[in-house]
Amino acid sequence: MSYLDKEALKVVGTRPIRPDGIDKVIGRASFGADYTMPGMLWGKVKRSPHAHARILKIDVSKALRVPGVRAIVTAADFPNIANEEAFVGEGPMNFRDLSRNCMARDKALYDGHAVAAVAATSNAAAEEAAELIEVEYEVLPHVIDVEAAMAPGAPILHDDMLTQGVEPKPTKPSNVAKKITFTKGDIAKGFAEAEVVIERKYTTKPVHQAYIEPHACVVAVANDGQTTIWSSSQGQFMVRAYCAKLLGVDIANIRAMPAEIGGGFGGKTLVYLEPVAMALSKKSGRPVKLVMNREEVFRGTGPTSGGTIEVKLGAKRSGRIVAAELVLKYQAGAFAGSPVGPGCMCAFAMYDLDNVHITGYDVVSNRPKVAAYRAPGAPISSFGVESCLDELARELGIDPLALREMNAARDGTKTPYGPTLTNVGYLQTVEAARNHPNAKIPLGPNQGRGIASGFWFNIGGESSAAVHVNEDGTVAVVEGNPDIGGSRASMAMMAAEVLGIPYEKVRPVVGDTASIGFTFLTGGSRVTFATGMAVTQAAEKVVEQLKSRAAAIWDISPEAVEWRDGKAFPAGANAGSFEPLSLADIAIKSGRTGGPITAEVSINAQGAGPGFATHICDVEVDRETGHVKILRYTAVQDVGRAIHPSYVEGQIQGGVTQGVGWALNEEYIYDKDGRLENAGFLDYRIPVASDMPMIDAVMVEVPNPRHPFGARGVGEVPIVPPMAAVANAIADAVGARMRDLPMSPPKLRAELDELDPPRMAAE
Amino acid sequence: MSKHHVTTTINGEPTEYLCEGQQTMLDVLRDELGLTGSKEGCSSGDCGACTIIVDGDIVCSCLMLGVEAEGRKITTIEGVAEGDKLHPVQQKFLEHAALQCGFCTPGFIVAAKALLDQNPNPTEEEARYWLAGNLCRCTGYDKILRAVMDAAEVMRAEARR
Repeated sequence: MSYLDKEALKVVGTRPIRPDGIDKVIGRASFGADYTMPGMLWGKVKRSPHAHARILKIDVSKALRVPGVRAIVTAADFPNIANEEAFVGEGPMNFRDLSRNCMARDKALYDGHAVAAVAATSNAAAEEAAELIEVEYEVLPHVIDVEAAMAPGAPILHDDMLTQGVEPKPTKPSNVAKKITFTKGDIAKGFAEAEVVIERKYTTKPVHQAYIEPHACVVAVANDGQTTIWSSSQGQFMVRAYCAKLLGVDIANIRAMPAEIGGGFGGKTLVYLEPVAMALSKKSGRPVKLVMNREEVFRGTGPTSGGTIEVKLGAKRSGRIVAAELVLKYQAGAFAGSPVGPGCMCAFAMYDLDNVHITGYDVVSNRPKVAAYRAPGAPISSFGVESCLDELARELGIDPLALREMNAARDGTKTPYGPTLTNVGYLQTVEAARNHPNAKIPLGPNQGRGIASGFWFNIGGESSAAVHVNEDGTVAVVEGNPDIGGSRASMAMMAAEVLGIPYEKVRPVVGDTASIGFTFLTGGSRVTFATGMAVTQAAEKVVEQLKSRAAAIWDISPEAVEWRDGKAFPAGANAGSFEPLSLADIAIKSGRTGGPITAEVSINAQGAGPGFATHICDVEVDRETGHVKILRYTAVQDVGRAIHPSYVEGQIQGGVTQGVGWALNEEYIYDKDGRLENAGFLDYRIPVASDMPMIDAVMVEVPNPRHPFGARGVGEVPIVPPMAAVANAIADAVGARMRDLPMSPPKLRAELDELDPPRMAAE
Repeated sequence: MSKHHVTTTINGEPTEYLCEGQQTMLDVLRDELGLTGSKEGCSSGDCGACTIIVDGDIVCSCLMLGVEAEGRKITTIEGVAEGDKLHPVQQKFLEHAALQCGFCTPGFIVAAKALLDQNPNPTEEEARYWLAGNLCRCTGYDKILRAVMDAAEVMRAEARR
């Protein structure tokens, strides 16, 4: 069924309090590190201090003598997994690499790479023992930056890495894991027709998801191998599958329990600690808790890539773009798998372009293996493309919104990466931005306004949900996705809407891997879309059962019963005359009419519906310090249909703020030996409350017809435009074009000095 | 090494515990007393997820030793509500959807309560600077500020009655 008529909705579109809210405001919610078990040991991971080193020997004899130590594991305690690539959700996954990322084998590939781990009866004993594990290294030359890693003679990380996607097939190893290309039309012909050509290079630094909750888990392996994992992750089924693979056990032997998750943004779509805790628990025979500290999170877990973005645009003087060329080089970290693919896909997807050529390189270097981060890859390429469009707009003297409108993707536009777009809300976002009061507020000296757009394709995928009618007419909804930002509320709302009962009567629960069917992880902006679809279908099946139970009670045909406002009614005069039966009336009699009323639905949801956004950012530049203040921020987004508008706004506001941090402050800083110098929140500075204004989240609703309520994914696209929006605003304010992120005060000061050289005091 | 005996008051309850000299107040709360509402996000005083109130002032409990609680009055997130009656800051966090993952929420609520105890009528800018020691990666702070400002208004109205 479809519920696209907004006026008819009673629950969807309202703003109720989230069902798990009270636990989270009184400190009762249990996150990863809040679990304990009787007899539990504390674990600690030993990490490499070298960016690139051969592991010659690991001597654990001193560490084993620390009182309380019960087990120490190294790579020798894990199966040596063969090179095997699988595609998991948003990106490639090579289990050999994942295994070696969790525990280095033969070589440590970055500062912070795990090389051993210990479990002991106290945290202090574990820490002391970890210090005493002696690792003998042969330090190797290292390489940190992407272009240096691609240069001839660069230190090679993996002797068997032969670049994929180039002809002829290479015979010598390199740090380029893969080259990909997307082509549409004839790029040479396009540039030949161009009246203006603009060619620029931009660079970005790796940034961390910086979820406030560090990774944490408790793992208990019983004598018969039955394993229970409590952990904070973006997917309990992901944890189960990856641990089974990395430890070489059957999936049936593992039950993964989802803890509350303290932020992820893609960074918890991998495992780091769980397989290690599992190996320690197996070896010690005791439950083991592993918790990272913040330094370990920065050094040992994946940020997203830094990259270089080379953009060449050819346009007519009218502003119509006739050729667009892009070269992306993304850091993958120590193992292949940067998000350069989605970076390529999203870069020009807002535009209807005839001639496009995109090349992407996935490049390894001695940094932590990158992990997904909110619209993985898209913010990087879009920073370049949307900045370059702004440069083009200035060159042509065309309003940046008008330039985007002129080239906008519409229904039927074929994207450079293949699909043809339908139900596109992009122009609506441009229009809403143009009409927003923010677009007209006069600007003062050193103030500027920047515009940028963004695209994210969104995903669907495998989801399961169960709806159980309780004896008293209340309802339990069980779903398989960890609730990372209020999705329990959306699930309960969709179920309540279908069933016709109050939201408060529905209790949503995130099930463990033994309590609900397989559900792909919380990511790709898929939960409200895909799992919401499963919840809706399960609730519809329950309605069918309720109708047939009412029919049985009335002794009429089920087709003669209709369901509305939470009650069964005879469908018409011919059906007979009966008092309506509420869900509670039917529930209490369910034992006598066929047993419990329940339905579970498992689907592979397709048709996620892409997300588009257009942002307006107003800044003020302090010429003396180079500091940029965000004065105003308006983020317009096509959200399809907002199920719970407050949590949709929250996704937009949060994504924008992360983007502002990426634009202005955040970066990984390495010393000459390849050691991370700013592995803490003091030196890796994410935005704080006093850095930000209120953020106006403007929701445009172009319903997605593939979802029963019209929902689109909303979580990722808001981080795509901000970096260019800020850069474009700075250019507008002071004429400085910042092409290297972050646009930190010293860099902006240097740029301003170049534009307007300071006079020496002596003059 | 023998443990230290500490006598203190936590959330109005007289409390005694034994702790190691190097144990932080956060470790004591979480690992010895089972008060896991205070969270560890950084253990360096940068994120504020472990914020508690000690004799009226906000403190990152990861920067305080357990032995320093001797004779003090401490409030943690578990002591902000009165029984089943939520503090206005807690209620407004729910109404404004001022939490997404909820991990930083205890620290924000404790810090905001301390702000409003000291300054019942803060400007938005004052509230933003007061809360600048608490990191939130999910919300962009917008709804948190709205919740705090709204709670301040409710508390002022309650005080007038």
